Amino acid sequence: MTAWIQDLIFTVDHKKLGFMYLGAGWLFFIAGGILALLIRTQIAVPNNHLLDGETFNGAITMHGTTMIFFFAMLMVFGLINYIVPLQIGARDMAFPRLNAFSFWATFFGGIFLFMSYVFGPGLYGTGAAPDASWFALAPLTSRAFSPGNNIDFWSLGLLVSGVGSITGGVNIMVTIFCYRTKGMTLYRMPLFTWLALVTMFLVIMFMPPLSAAQIMLVLERFFGAKFFEAQAGGSPVLWQHFFWIFGHPEVYILVLPAFGIISECVPVFSRKPIFGYPMMVAATVMIGFISAGVWAHHMFTIGMDSFSVTFFAFATFVIAIPTGIKIFNWLGTMYGGKIRFEIPMLFCIAFLFQFLIAGLTGIMLGCAPFDWQLNDSYFVIAHFHYVIVGGIVFAVFAGFYYWFPKAVGRMMDKRLGLWHFWIFTIGFHLTFDPQHFLGFLGMPRRIYTYQEGRGWEVLNMISTIGAFLQAVGGIIFIVNMIISARKGKVAGDDPWDAWTLEWMTSSPPPDYNFEHLPEVRSRRPLWDLKHPEDPDWKFE
Amino acid sequence: MATSETEWRLPSPRKVGLTLVIMTESALFTIFVVAYLFYIGKSLNPPYPREVLEFPWLGSIFLFGSSGTVVVAEQRLKKGDKGGFHLWWAITALLGLGFLIYTGSEWYNLIYHDHLTLSTNLFGSTFYSLVGLHASHVIVGLILLTLILVASLTGNIQERHHEHIEMISWYWHFVDGIWAVVVTVVYIIGMQ
Repeated sequence: MTAWIQDLIFTVDHKKLGFMYLGAGWLFFIAGGILALLIRTQIAVPNNHLLDGETFNGAITMHGTTMIFFFAMLMVFGLINYIVPLQIGARDMAFPRLNAFSFWATFFGGIFLFMSYVFGPGLYGTGAAPDASWFALAPLTSRAFSPGNNIDFWSLGLLVSGVGSITGGVNIMVTIFCYRTKGMTLYRMPLFTWLALVTMFLVIMFMPPLSAAQIMLVLERFFGAKFFEAQAGGSPVLWQHFFWIFGHPEVYILVLPAFGIISECVPVFSRKPIFGYPMMVAATVMIGFISAGVWAHHMFTIGMDSFSVTFFAFATFVIAIPTGIKIFNWLGTMYGGKIRFEIPMLFCIAFLFQFLIAGLTGIMLGCAPFDWQLNDSYFVIAHFHYVIVGGIVFAVFAGFYYWFPKAVGRMMDKRLGLWHFWIFTIGFHLTFDPQHFLGFLGMPRRIYTYQEGRGWEVLNMISTIGAFLQAVGGIIFIVNMIISARKGKVAGDDPWDAWTLEWMTSSPPPDYNFEHLPEVRSRRPLWDLKHPEDPDWKFE
Repeated sequence: MATSETEWRLPSPRKVGLTLVIMTESALFTIFVVAYLFYIGKSLNPPYPREVLEFPWLGSIFLFGSSGTVVVAEQRLKKGDKGGFHLWWAITALLGLGFLIYTGSEWYNLIYHDHLTLSTNLFGSTFYSLVGLHASHVIVGLILLTLILVASLTGNIQERHHEHIEMISWYWHFVDGIWAVVVTVVYIIGMQ
């Protein structure tokens, strides 16, 4: 037992670190999920007194921060850490020790954030969890409005985990550029790897603005510097710009790996190569670049001049084009395919529906006059939960069911998987579909309670019931993982009859990943190996 | 499309890695530069830049000069001239140290003579954070230069370490480039 823990603490193996990222991510998911249930229970009925206003503010801040930075980011880094070196035929990451550092920095950043619940009262005697919401607008974060140390737990925790993300991003990019196996040109890389590459580019270019803003906040709170303080001539709006120049690319940092998972699963379960590979790559790179120019669509209500409003609204619409290309390419892959409705494919199909709706509400909100009306309402909550839960979490589930046999060597149970899929999907729709209408009915986000008679009661109750259904689905998933890891059907090297290199090695892969690899001559090296009479490289 | 005849070559991980580090560092500096530019002329109370700042001739000569000496040191090393390498590498480190001493004296004057601190006004906050972030990079570079010098003097630098040395010189050029931006923003645009 102690040897096992010692191994985890000192390991530099990308597969073990990947496991640790994912394990830590699910722990934070449980913490963030409990906070979500508390929030939903509080606003299930009007005039509720389960949480007081301050605790509620703490809960929404911790829920948002945890889910974005310590669940979704850890899923992204965990999956990429585990899968990418296998997909490109590498033995490990480029810098294995740096990889361990990245994990521990990220992990301790999250632990530090949660320590606010224990040590939050701090030196000044007030506060507990950080309570300025996940984007912590100035001047709410200044000493005058947030005494105590709760905001410092937030900013320092994210600063530390940001260092971990940036070093991890550099490491993964170097791995992809410099450690591909013989013959795997950039143009033959699996799409998951391609999307990981663009994602990590976004990480290294857009995490630093957040770190810079956090440094400024720390200087302001501890050393009396003046960056965002209006009394000293500073501009609180500048914080918003700095936060969202990170914040919007962050959405793509989370969703691009999700696209990558879908791009791996859809072809394998449709028994067709991906439709329009070059366009998928081009669309990804386009999304990466355009995402740098849309951040102020989070800020339409601050009173921008009409040129800026037009620019950011237009850029927001433009980004729908490459995203649309992707959706059509996935449909094109499925069209005429021999679809196998395994659990990963079910999650992929649900993803396609839900992500489409999420994108459409995104375009609605990108339209500035519409946004002036519905900014900071439950419509926005519904929109981005559709992106993050309906899109990213569903894709992460697909990825888990898809790669679990490779990582563990046993299949996940299909019956429990079906229960998980249906309960979670129904729960998801019960939770977030009504919130669109709550937004139209004028319910603002972040209110801890409301009066009767506004027409919000029924929808809020449905939403809360849905949240608990999602929790049940999540528990089934975790139970499924635990049971399957012990008693699941033995998977073999290639249970899905897939085509990328990770399925060539044993399940679970040995420490050195591959004994020897054939030269890669097409985008589907395993197809070439299995079908020497009809190889792909003749046609690429 | 078969490439079996051609040789399979991939870029050096160190070069790619350092290029990416330089990109991510540039993104970090950009935000501090933007903050400085955004707050030019917006401080509500003195001291203002024009009253207290002087163009850092000496510091700039030290730092830009060190970019040249590090190139000479690298060339000496490539030609196998260990002594020349040590000499020019040490000069580079000394010039870096000279820059830090210059910045230290500038800050000493600003703090104790002109009473400009981090918390005085917007100028103080943006000035010390931007110049300080740059100076912290110079310190890191200086530590790297010193480590290499000590390692080389004790005979621990072999042929296979030449790329490490090249990378440190890349980093040093980057620190230099950032200084060019800082000088332009703080001492030229900011003084108008």
